[in-house]
Amino acid sequence: MHKLRTTCLLAALWLGAMVLPGHGARADAFADLASPQLGAVTAAISTLAASDDPQAGAVLQALGERNLFAAPDGSVYIRHGENYIDARTGQPAASVPEGLKPIRLNNRIRTALAGAQAGRDLLAPQPATRLRAADALYARHDPAMLAVVEHALAVEKDAAVRTRLTEVRAATILGQPPAPDALQPRLDAVRALGAVGGAQARGILAGVAQSDAEAPAVRHEAQQAVSRIDWHLRAWGVAQNAFYGLSYGSVLLLAATGLAITFGVMGVINMAHGEMMMIGAYVTWMVQQAIRATIPALEPVAIVVAIPVAFLVCGALGIVIERGLIRFLYGRPLETLLATWGLSLILQQAVRSIFGPTNIAVQTPGWLSGSVAVGGMDITLNRLAILVFAGLVLGGLMLVLRRTSLGLQMRAVTQNRRMAALMGIRTPRVDALAFGLGAGLAGLAGVAVSQIDNVSPNLGQSYIIDSFMVVVFGGVGNLWGTLAAALALGMGGKVLEPTIGAVSAKIAILVLVILYIQRHPRGMFPVRGRGVES
Amino acid sequence: MNPFSTHAPRSLRGVIWMAVAVVVAAGGLAAASLLPEGNPLHASAFVVSLAGKYLSYAMLALAVDLVWGFAGILTLGHAAFFALGGYAMGMYLMREIGARGVYGNASLPDFMIFLSWKNLPWYWWGSEHFAWAAVLVVAVPGLLAGVFGWLAFRSRVSGVYLSIITQALTYALMLAFFQNGLGFGGNNGLTDFKDILGADLHAPHTRAVLLVVTGLLLAASLLAARFVVGSRFGNLLVAVRDAESRTRFLGYRPEQAKLLVWVFSAMIAGLGGALYVTQVGIINPGEFAPANSIESVIWVAVGGRGTLCGAVLGAILVNLGKTLFTAWLPEFWLYGLGLLFICTTLFLPNGLMGLWRHVRKAPPEEVTPEVADTQGDEA
Repeated sequence: MHKLRTTCLLAALWLGAMVLPGHGARADAFADLASPQLGAVTAAISTLAASDDPQAGAVLQALGERNLFAAPDGSVYIRHGENYIDARTGQPAASVPEGLKPIRLNNRIRTALAGAQAGRDLLAPQPATRLRAADALYARHDPAMLAVVEHALAVEKDAAVRTRLTEVRAATILGQPPAPDALQPRLDAVRALGAVGGAQARGILAGVAQSDAEAPAVRHEAQQAVSRIDWHLRAWGVAQNAFYGLSYGSVLLLAATGLAITFGVMGVINMAHGEMMMIGAYVTWMVQQAIRATIPALEPVAIVVAIPVAFLVCGALGIVIERGLIRFLYGRPLETLLATWGLSLILQQAVRSIFGPTNIAVQTPGWLSGSVAVGGMDITLNRLAILVFAGLVLGGLMLVLRRTSLGLQMRAVTQNRRMAALMGIRTPRVDALAFGLGAGLAGLAGVAVSQIDNVSPNLGQSYIIDSFMVVVFGGVGNLWGTLAAALALGMGGKVLEPTIGAVSAKIAILVLVILYIQRHPRGMFPVRGRGVES
Repeated sequence: MNPFSTHAPRSLRGVIWMAVAVVVAAGGLAAASLLPEGNPLHASAFVVSLAGKYLSYAMLALAVDLVWGFAGILTLGHAAFFALGGYAMGMYLMREIGARGVYGNASLPDFMIFLSWKNLPWYWWGSEHFAWAAVLVVAVPGLLAGVFGWLAFRSRVSGVYLSIITQALTYALMLAFFQNGLGFGGNNGLTDFKDILGADLHAPHTRAVLLVVTGLLLAASLLAARFVVGSRFGNLLVAVRDAESRTRFLGYRPEQAKLLVWVFSAMIAGLGGALYVTQVGIINPGEFAPANSIESVIWVAVGGRGTLCGAVLGAILVNLGKTLFTAWLPEFWLYGLGLLFICTTLFLPNGLMGLWRHVRKAPPEEVTPEVADTQGDEA
């Protein structure tokens, strides 16, 4: 050992390096890497990680890559292809001793290495790297790294990294076995972790609260912190569910408004409405493909371009359907239902024939992907965008219905078709336009749905029953009713989901709506007027 | 126009002819299936089970026609009653397998052992007795229809609203039956049947008998339906269909009439489902799919709504077409079915029976109740 230490010292001096505290320990550390005792190896790794020896990084890296070799005499070498480098000096080794063996890796050593790497990253120049390293250490909270963390904390300037490091320190302290004389640091650590919150902190704190070795004061503090965190997690869980519910409700709203318009004005349930959505989604895909082929620079906004295109394509298709099919079935709403169902089969099969039966990949542009964390919940951007989009569509529709002459005529026909006709409103024209508007809205819904769901010929089928439920639940000819029903069904489903499961929640919602319709046969907001009462 | 004058669809002779034709055809086919293989008239097991399937579907069509053609209730969920009847029969057939299942358990069906259940759920009690299964086949659909109809008709849910909630009903049932926890085999449903009443289900004789029984029960249902719609009660139904409010103002109780025919119809559908399962050999949650119910409506529309014979005819013809189409041009079947929906509603509002009457220059049958209804709504 003496000989080794001397050699090492000489080498260091020869390199012109400063004589550092812990230098002697480091000399041991190199040799300990080859030790048969795992504890010695991991300790050596930690020591090396905490040192500022210029060779430490290279040695640890070589160890991780299985390029570190040890000789029986305790000298350590890094292999570079065919050549060997003396691990202590970094100089090429002239000759290699006999019996050189690679240092084995196992899981514990790998874990220790990863921690050591994180420890070194804590001192990296970029704050982002340091923050990442702190995150990694927080997840591991290895007591061996406490010194490293404290050292890093002492030199850290960046506020965000400091906060995170404080948390890491707290977690690390609590990861150590309790000592009777050091109560205060543990109490502080518990408080610090309690303030952080989150599932991980809760796990550590719950462990402390249940540990018998812990001082009662610490356990009590930990228990309180756990219940505080639980409360927060629950509150954020509710908020998260509410967001999911809102998001699903907004999809339902988009899908159902068009249906509600045609149902309100013409008394016709358009069974091909889901297929209009499906076509809207395919139009989105085609617009994306076309823009990618012609002006690739505009690809991120292809989805925005697709919105009016889908509206116009589906709207035009809707008018064609009304003129070519529905108008021959005036006064026979139930048979219209059958005819539009037939139409939906044909549209599905046509899309299947043209585009194939499998899902197509509609791109989500970069500015719509990912999520933002708000407190303890994740807001996915595409769902947020759909929420906003649904609001805009509803607002636009309100304007059309309230402020345009078409809207006035549509409302008149909804309330009393015959009287409206007597007043000079051309009801066939209103019907055609209303049907076109409904189909166009379905197209818009298709654009939105293409961002969150699989786009296949069956897309419409998965939304149609839910949209029907929204329409009959909300009541006919009242957009507020549709809005309330969509949000109620969306929220209701998501609120029930965690307790009884997704499928049962769906069944429960269906049954509740069926029962509700029995009590209120015309939905939540029935249109009042002489025309609609039989 | 007096709604009570529309008696045309209920000509007794036609129904009797149809019933006889069904029984003769089923009997003939059953006899043909027992001929030796080499005989040119021999009918294969495939043809026999296909015919059994058509006749079971014809019972479903009859059930739909009873409520849609005569009471004006467009049901988009009648396949639910059909499937429930099928499941009731499937339970019995499942128990009949006994210890011959993969796991060799005498009392628990294979899928329950697979889910490591220890005991039969209570609703499977007694399912080893055929008589109890036969009761369940009509009682379960009848009960569900009773509860659903009582709630719906009492609060005057009608028209498109009713259609949509019947669809929601079958959709909810489909979702429920897909779940393993419900105890009906989840995704796979009930299958791998071996015996019925001790007779091998795969033996030609058993199949022949089942086909004849199906033919007889269809004929019986046809006659029973004819009896119902030909009675004073049938007149009331047509009155409700054509002018519900007026009928109510005259002092009748439309909701009771509707409820009665609704439950009766659900029972016929359940019976059809039970016969279907014995001959097709499987029942799974796919039978609850809303599309199935809507398809059964088009059978009635093609045959002629409000004509009992038309429903039977439509079911057989459309399904025959489906079999042929899916064998020859599988790609085009959905186009064909879609066009059938559109063309029937546009050009053939009274179906094939209406066409037949038109060709024979008989006075056209009055089956345009919605006109009256919506006019009533809007006036």
